[in-house]
Amino acid sequence: MWRDAALVAGRDLRVELRSRVTTNQVAPFSLLVLVLFAFALDPDRQLLERLASGLYWTAVLFAALLAISRSAAIDETDGVRDALRLSGLDPAGVFVGKAAAVAVVLLALELLLGVGVVVLYGVELAGAGLVVVAGLAATVAVAATGTLYGALVSGLRVRETLLPLLLLPVLAPVLIGATRAFEAALAGVPADGWPWCGLLAGLAVLYAVAGALAYGTLLEGS
Amino acid sequence: MTSPTSTTVTGAPGADGRAADTPRAVAGRGAPGHTGSRASRVLGILALGSIALLVLYGLVWSPADAEMADSVRLMYIHVPAASFMYAGCFITTIASAMWLRRRTPGWDALAGASAEVALVFTAITLGTGSLWGRPTWGTYWTWDARLTSTALLATLLVGYLALRRLDVDPTARSTRAAVLGLLLVPNVIIVNRSVEWWRSLHQRSTLVKLDPTIEGQMLVALMVGFLAIGLVFTWLLVHRFRVAWLEYQSERLDLDLALAERRAEAGHPTDVEAPA
Repeated sequence: MWRDAALVAGRDLRVELRSRVTTNQVAPFSLLVLVLFAFALDPDRQLLERLASGLYWTAVLFAALLAISRSAAIDETDGVRDALRLSGLDPAGVFVGKAAAVAVVLLALELLLGVGVVVLYGVELAGAGLVVVAGLAATVAVAATGTLYGALVSGLRVRETLLPLLLLPVLAPVLIGATRAFEAALAGVPADGWPWCGLLAGLAVLYAVAGALAYGTLLEGS
Repeated sequence: MTSPTSTTVTGAPGADGRAADTPRAVAGRGAPGHTGSRASRVLGILALGSIALLVLYGLVWSPADAEMADSVRLMYIHVPAASFMYAGCFITTIASAMWLRRRTPGWDALAGASAEVALVFTAITLGTGSLWGRPTWGTYWTWDARLTSTALLATLLVGYLALRRLDVDPTARSTRAAVLGLLLVPNVIIVNRSVEWWRSLHQRSTLVKLDPTIEGQMLVALMVGFLAIGLVFTWLLVHRFRVAWLEYQSERLDLDLALAERRAEAGHPTDVEAPA
């Protein structure tokens, strides 16, 4: 399974690297969202700094929608789904590989957005341990959930409009957990944030297991 | 079992005039041509009767609350509707699991029907809840844990139904809907817990805790509410299920008709035998 996962992850990342959609479109878009938040809210830095955690994770979710949609689109063209079905790769491995590729893309975007938040919103970094752990857990949760729901809408004409409707309500707990954990870290009271990390880790494991189990059915059934 | 296609094919390709025959044609295939039956009519009459009883109990016979005055009467609809909203989600998830096991169209139809009825009751819950909130809390909406998670539940159901409504291959649609339906209850629980946790850190739950010692006529009214709403829920579910079943049958029938027509065009009238 892990070998299959590495193969699929490598393929997705290579496609991403060569098409440059993430670097040329998704990344600038996510920074644009940060700028739009500043337009929509008071450009008063104190307000932005106070809301930074929530705005950061909202921007991450928007960027994640695009990344997940991209990841689902890779399998739509040129009969890739049929090829995957016939390849004999373990469906759980395919799921893990796709989720891992999405997670890598998301981590890169989060890093960029993190720099953006520090520069644009004047956030002072604190509680690095909590930020890293919560960020990783939330990323895995978003990538696993997103890959599962991406498979649900893959190949549909309405993929791009249906995906946010299905995915965002499910990701609401991730948004809540990640925002609270970051707020606690930035406020200098990491003890408040660790329970939220537990929630994020639990969600990550839960959706990863659900996705690995369901992916075979989805791959075969459509 | 008569084969309705054999008569239709002679009139092909002018199949337009045959559309009206479809329900009867479906009935010929062993399924009811309409959604009513003796049992469901009795159920409907019982539901109407219990609604009348609920109106009497809720509006006339039960006393007004000491604190909430007459607005407490909304409870007799609100609380049962919320309960059956969750019941509908559970039925959807169980039916989805059964579909993934058995792959019989009935389970798929039940999952879809139940989600639709659940969405209706979610709307009733949110509607009566905000009407109740206005006099009690002074606002239609607060970011209370239960309100927020119910709103998210509504979007989960809307998403599920949106996926079901897509015009794609029925088997693929059923598979995807079943996976989504299977995740419905876990998602509802996760969203509910996390939102509860989120709000409890910030502020005390603003929902007035329902008085656990509801007594006398108010308790009777609430029980009548559960009965009436439960009967309405069941009646809606039965009928929605039958509509979904007829839709499934007619989809199959359309395919059979089209196949038979193509075969007739090709000049092999002996092949015109609808697969059972």
